[in-house]
Amino acid sequence: MPREGILVRNPYERISKEQVLQIHHAALEILMDPGMMCFNRQAADIFHSSGAEVTSVSPGDRSAWLVKIPEKLVIDALDTAPKTVKLGARNPENTLIMRGEEPRVYFISGSETNIWLDVDFPSYVKKSDPSTEIRVPEFRPRRGTVADLCMSAHVCEHLETLDGYIRTVNIQDKDITEDNKDVNKFFASLNNTTKHVMSGLTSLKQLDNVVNMAKLIVGGDEELRENPIISFITCLVKSPLQFVEDTTDTFIEICKRGLPIVVSSSPQAGTTAPIKEAGIIAQINAEVLAGITLGQLVNPGTPCLYGSVPVRARLDTLGDSYGSVETSQYNIDCVQMARFYKLPNYSTAGVCDTKTPGIQSSIERLFSQILVTLSGPQYLHCAYGLLDCNSVFCLLQAVIDDAHFQMIKFFLKQPQIDELNIAETLKQTREVVETPQKLYINYIRRVMRSGELSMPYPFEGDGDRDAMFELANNRMQEFLAKPVEHIDEGIAKKIFQNIPGLLPRLNVYEERRQ
Amino acid sequence: MSEDIIAALKENVIQGRQNKDDEGIEEDMAGTPGVLELTQAALEKNIPLEDIITQGLTAGMQVVGEKFSTKEYYIPDMLASAQAVGAAMDILKPHLESSNVETKGKFAIVTVKGDIHDIGKNIVAILLKGAGYEVVDLGIDIPTEKIVEYVREEKPGYLGLSALLTTTMVAMGEIVEALKKNGLRDKVKVLIGGAAVSNEYAQEIGADAYCVDGFEAVRVLDGFQESRT
Repeated sequence: MPREGILVRNPYERISKEQVLQIHHAALEILMDPGMMCFNRQAADIFHSSGAEVTSVSPGDRSAWLVKIPEKLVIDALDTAPKTVKLGARNPENTLIMRGEEPRVYFISGSETNIWLDVDFPSYVKKSDPSTEIRVPEFRPRRGTVADLCMSAHVCEHLETLDGYIRTVNIQDKDITEDNKDVNKFFASLNNTTKHVMSGLTSLKQLDNVVNMAKLIVGGDEELRENPIISFITCLVKSPLQFVEDTTDTFIEICKRGLPIVVSSSPQAGTTAPIKEAGIIAQINAEVLAGITLGQLVNPGTPCLYGSVPVRARLDTLGDSYGSVETSQYNIDCVQMARFYKLPNYSTAGVCDTKTPGIQSSIERLFSQILVTLSGPQYLHCAYGLLDCNSVFCLLQAVIDDAHFQMIKFFLKQPQIDELNIAETLKQTREVVETPQKLYINYIRRVMRSGELSMPYPFEGDGDRDAMFELANNRMQEFLAKPVEHIDEGIAKKIFQNIPGLLPRLNVYEERRQ
Repeated sequence: MSEDIIAALKENVIQGRQNKDDEGIEEDMAGTPGVLELTQAALEKNIPLEDIITQGLTAGMQVVGEKFSTKEYYIPDMLASAQAVGAAMDILKPHLESSNVETKGKFAIVTVKGDIHDIGKNIVAILLKGAGYEVVDLGIDIPTEKIVEYVREEKPGYLGLSALLTTTMVAMGEIVEALKKNGLRDKVKVLIGGAAVSNEYAQEIGADAYCVDGFEAVRVLDGFQESRT
């Protein structure tokens, strides 16, 4: 049985069917005029041999081609792209089945941040009343490490609502290099969670090592195709409308291996995309369609996710504003576009602009978590623990976000209004008006224990003081103390023997022996 | 046999099962005797009243209280148990009156004039009855003179006044004054509760205590019991 996620019946639609068609046609027109600037020779050749008009433009010293992608290539690609994508997992019960037409939402962590936020609770004494002492959370940023990544995957394994794992932090240890980063980040993730693991690739040279590691875990080539426990994200398109040289190579190689891949684009309205909604959505749609078309030309049937990370620019810094209201609007529009193409969507919500957990963070993230979920994307990433416009990850915040998603999932349960419930209501009302107290309290108990009632906010303190951070921290410590199912010792041994570059300290079995 | 009945009584109080039709919390309990049937059976077996109350009903409520404080139980559980105990006390009442077993006393509760809100009042009544007090509910929107008359005639040891509204809470002060004028103030402990009132207000009008909820009402009354002994 795969994970259930949450099925959103009657998903929220922001744009009309007519507007969806307008965006679709605008994107097709963009792909022909101006077309895509391609900095990758291999991609230009593939497009050229498939009938696209490819012209060498070579701005400056760089080789480049202008690729005009005809509608037929796009439509053919949309035909061959699978409408259902399966993402496997070490524990088969954590498999994700995503159907492009079914608004079943899976909640996913990510994305890779450079900064890890620690939390501590120092005590302070009240000046006017020295007998009063309070503990206040203090957040300290630092560079992320592979140990942090292990810790994050460990906690995410225990977060009830979290369906899949995208690495949350960039590993920046001194002994991590471009040549060993990929194998270590995949191993650290896979060894600490039995959920699906998705990541980007730092070096194409590491692709086969990563794939071989996954094969060793599941038992072979065929087994990995059946149960793809790993998948990849590639930003092959840089906005506006440019195929990037190196990531496009990576994308092509992953497609050749037939593993699931996200075709992701992240334009910023106001800088790398038009500021108006119609503009950014038409452009991102063109960019994602261009990527999907390339992937299907490389290997028809490659499982692709329509990856959308559109954001609005902050006008004070021109940085990404994930907390802006428009960012949620753009994401919902993209969910609709993906559903129009019947492709599973990789969407974005839950990131805030503020740098630390707190009131602003809660408001910004919950706003997008609720709204984007209601639109029914299949793979909702960035949803746990991200702060400061996607550059900071806080594990404590991820634990708090899990509580948010429990509330959202509860809200999306189906209403129980049927003949049975109406009959029960009529019986109860007749019984209650006969009693002296005229209260329905006696009927609560059975419902309360059946799981039909939502639970109180799990981090609610006693008395007047807000204890959310302390209680969430207690929960986080409980998760850290709770073991996870690591990769079997025999398989781990094979991985360390066969996959070069793995840090010995990641071998939990060797560490325990020492 | 007697121990079995007392143990079952305690367990059914914990389960909040008033009678055999109640489901309780554990599965497969529906159809087995509840607190009412077991109390009846205990009387038929001539089990001492004191044992029925202390080892069965009160011991069960104590466990319920512990489960409530650890958040295993919620207020609906507490009320179900209290209602079951209250119903058992109704059965035991004539037997208690003809015996020498000391009762906790009579508690009259009322929503004051001008106010019809009674959820809180009803919950307090259930909890106090479950705690072994004889509870008389005088109703809602009751005029001051009627309350004073009741105190004079029925001599309850405790009077609970409830008001939700700031516009109606003033009646509480009037009641305390009226009790004084009629020479009844020292005959009855006056407790006040409800969203509009506070500890400060209780002191201002000369009430004996303010109770934030039904649980505190039980604690306050039990405190009065201890100071009496």
